[in-house]
Formats: sequence, C-alpha cells, structure tokens
Amino acid sequence: MKNMRSNSKYAVLPLAIFLLGSLLTWAQAATSAQSAGRAPSAPHAKPAVTNPGERAFQANCGRCHNPPEQLSPRITGTVLRHMRERALLSPQDERDILKYLAP
Amino acid sequence: MRPIKSAKLKQTRFPRVAIALRLAGFLLLLPGHLLSAQNVPIVSGAVGFFDSKNTGINFFQPVFAPVVVAPLGKHFLAESRFDLRGFYERKNGNSGPYQGSFFGSTQYLQLDYFAADKLTITAGRFLTPFGTYNERLTAIWIQKIQDAPLIFSIGTRTTGSSDGAMVRGALIAKPAIHVNYIGYFSASSNAPQFQAGRAAGYRFDAYFPGKRVEIGTSYGRFLQGTHNNSSGAHFWWQPWRFPLEVRSEYAHGAHAQGYWIESTYRLSQWRGPDSLFGRLEPVFRMQQTFRNSPGQGDGLPAADTTQADFGLDYHLPHEVRLNSSYSRKLSATGNANIWDISLTYRFLFPMWRGHQ
Repeated sequence: MKNMRSNSKYAVLPLAIFLLGSLLTWAQAATSAQSAGRAPSAPHAKPAVTNPGERAFQANCGRCHNPPEQLSPRITGTVLRHMRERALLSPQDERDILKYLAP
Repeated sequence: MRPIKSAKLKQTRFPRVAIALRLAGFLLLLPGHLLSAQNVPIVSGAVGFFDSKNTGINFFQPVFAPVVVAPLGKHFLAESRFDLRGFYERKNGNSGPYQGSFFGSTQYLQLDYFAADKLTITAGRFLTPFGTYNERLTAIWIQKIQDAPLIFSIGTRTTGSSDGAMVRGALIAKPAIHVNYIGYFSASSNAPQFQAGRAAGYRFDAYFPGKRVEIGTSYGRFLQGTHNNSSGAHFWWQPWRFPLEVRSEYAHGAHAQGYWIESTYRLSQWRGPDSLFGRLEPVFRMQQTFRNSPGQGDGLPAADTTQADFGLDYHLPHEVRLNSSYSRKLSATGNANIWDISLTYRFLFPMWRGHQ
C-alpha cells in the first residue's frame, strides 16, 4: 500500500510536466498571434478550409492518419469505401471527399 | 511483457498464415467488369522495424502488415489486414546470440454490405469495436507510440478480433453532429488464424465536426465460460486551430480498470509540416491500471500500475516515419524502463491498372 502511494506521487510529476507543457504551448501560441497583429482568440489559426471535401477529410479521415502523399485516381473510390466503413462516413462526406481527392 | 505483444506471441506460427492468405487470394481473381475506373482494388499497409528494450532485455521485430481492399459490385466491399512479424531476442535474456521466430495473425478478413446510407453490415473476422484504440490506432503506420495502452485487452479479449457479424452506421449525420452506432456478435472459434471468443457488444459515439470533439461509450459481454461485462468511455479532441491531438479512454473490466490519455503536438506551425522542425511530433501518454481481483490471462498488469510514456516521432518524406519513446512503469511488481524505436514505411497502390 505504501509502495502504491509512493507510485502515485511519481505519477503526479509527468502529469505536471504535461500540464506545464500544454500551458507553455498555449502561451506561446497566444503571444505569437498577438505579435502578428491577430486577434488573441484565434492563435495560429490554420488557413480557413473552404473546400468542403478537404474539410470533410480532415474532420474524419485526418483524425487518425495523415493523407497519403500520392493517390492514384484509379483507387479513390476504393479508398473512400474503405473509409466509409472505418470512419462511418456519411454519404455527403463521402461524396465531398471523393470530389476533393479526384476532382 | 505488455498485452498486445503477449497476445501476438500466442498466435499461431507463420506457415499457418498461408491459409489466411489463400482466403484473401480470391480478391485477385475478381472480374474486372465489376470495377469502375475509381474502384480498382488496393494493396496498402506498412512495413516496419521495431526495436524495444524492456527492463534491460532487448528484442527486434521486423513487421509486414498488408491491407487488401476490393470492391465487389456497388454494395459490397472485401477487406483484410494481416500482421506478419518476426520476434528476435537474445537466447539468455540479455546475453547470448539472437534467436527468434515468425508469427502471423489475421487481424480482419471481412465482407461489408452497404445496405443503406445509415447501415453497413459486416460479416467475417473484424476488429472488435470496443473503445477507439483497437479499431483506429493499432495499424503500425498510425500508432504514435509503439506499445498498446495497458488497458488494451479490456473489451477486446487480448486478440482484438471477433468472428461473426457487425452492424454499424451513422444514426445522425448533420454538419454539427454525428451520432454513430456499432453492434456486434462474435462466435467462439479456435481455428488457426481465427481465434475469437463468444461475445456481444456495442459502441455509441457522438462526434462534433465543428469542434472535432468526440465522446463515446462501449460495452461488451463475454459469453463463454464465466460471463462478464466490460464497459468503457472515450474522449477525443483535435482542435482545428492548432495541431494538438488529445485522445483518452477509460475501461472497466471484470478484474481491473484503467485509463490512458495521450496528447500529441505536431510542430507544423514552425515553417509548415514539411520543414525540418515541422516534421517533429512530441507525444505524451499517461496511463494507470487498478487491479480489483486476480485475473489470470486477462492481459492486464498483475498489480496496480502507473506508466508515463514520452515519445518523439519524426515524419520523414515519402510516408516514412521514425517513432521513438521512453516509458517509465511504476508497479508493485517492479518498476521498469522501456525504450522503443521504430521505423515504418506506409504504402498504397492499385492492384492493377484498371479501366480508363
């Protein structure tokens, strides 16, 4: 029991480091945004994604993995069906992503 | 030994993989006229080389994990993933010559039927949909830290695969919210490459695309031998504004419970994702398990365990990734340092040229 309490103390250290790191990251992002003349509420905002297909890709497939560097147009339909089953894509998202990958 | 590795060691020997590969071979014989220009079958997956040092004992694992996906007409899809790996370690633990064996496992070999917009029916061998890790993050080209979380086997019964049928889909799919469901039943099987337990379960999740926040819950009931329940919850947050990813799961099993929380931050805001520093991705994972009662063979640590994993991944060009991590494990059964480094290459190409 005493050993476990001791272990719990050790567990607090990495958690504290993680929280401190997160805080520093946030602070850095906010400072950079202010210095660039942006609104503090939008630190390091990514360029707005206006293409619905790209947005659908990032909102679904991109949550687990990066997009493939190269994608042959011959396999976009197959890849999309695979992702429909894996990521539970809605039909609308599937159509949007297909247009984005194979315009 | 951690759960996923011990599970793999229990898999059958490499030559038996040939049986599963033969079953997948039919994909190569699909009639071309069923496939349109964009629906050529694909061969994807990854090759990797893993090196681990756990409590002073070093071992290597060359891995080949192919994925084959083939559409069959308009409503069917056949897909499979295999894991073929060698396991090499020194004869006497930390001395003597290296020796090893090959192991193989069929992770999924399934037929999907897209019955309706909100219903997909799957039959065959599939990844058990408990929590998020097993279905989404076990692929070697996706995982950010080489080792699975300590609670991996809760709800997945160590193999991570089920033999039976599954229904899944999106109950609600609006721009503001997606509500997804999965229900499955698995039969008991001791067939080589298709080992599974009799079980049933479900997963529900709500996903908010505008915030990239997901919350969900899982349940599984083991229906052979001593029946027992597993339940879990997960939370994911991946804000649009910066490349932070937070994933977490909690799971409660018959003899233990635990959680993990993983955070990654790709430094892509420093001159873009393809810059020298932009390819770096620090990873941190915190996890704890709490043992309620002895549960031999359940794949979980024998005593309460706390583990912190510190990773640093580097996304090289051409789908190559270098993952490294250090883990400190604190447990009543003994503390440990775990070092992992791995190199993976992800590939994706059509099986043939197809119609133009």
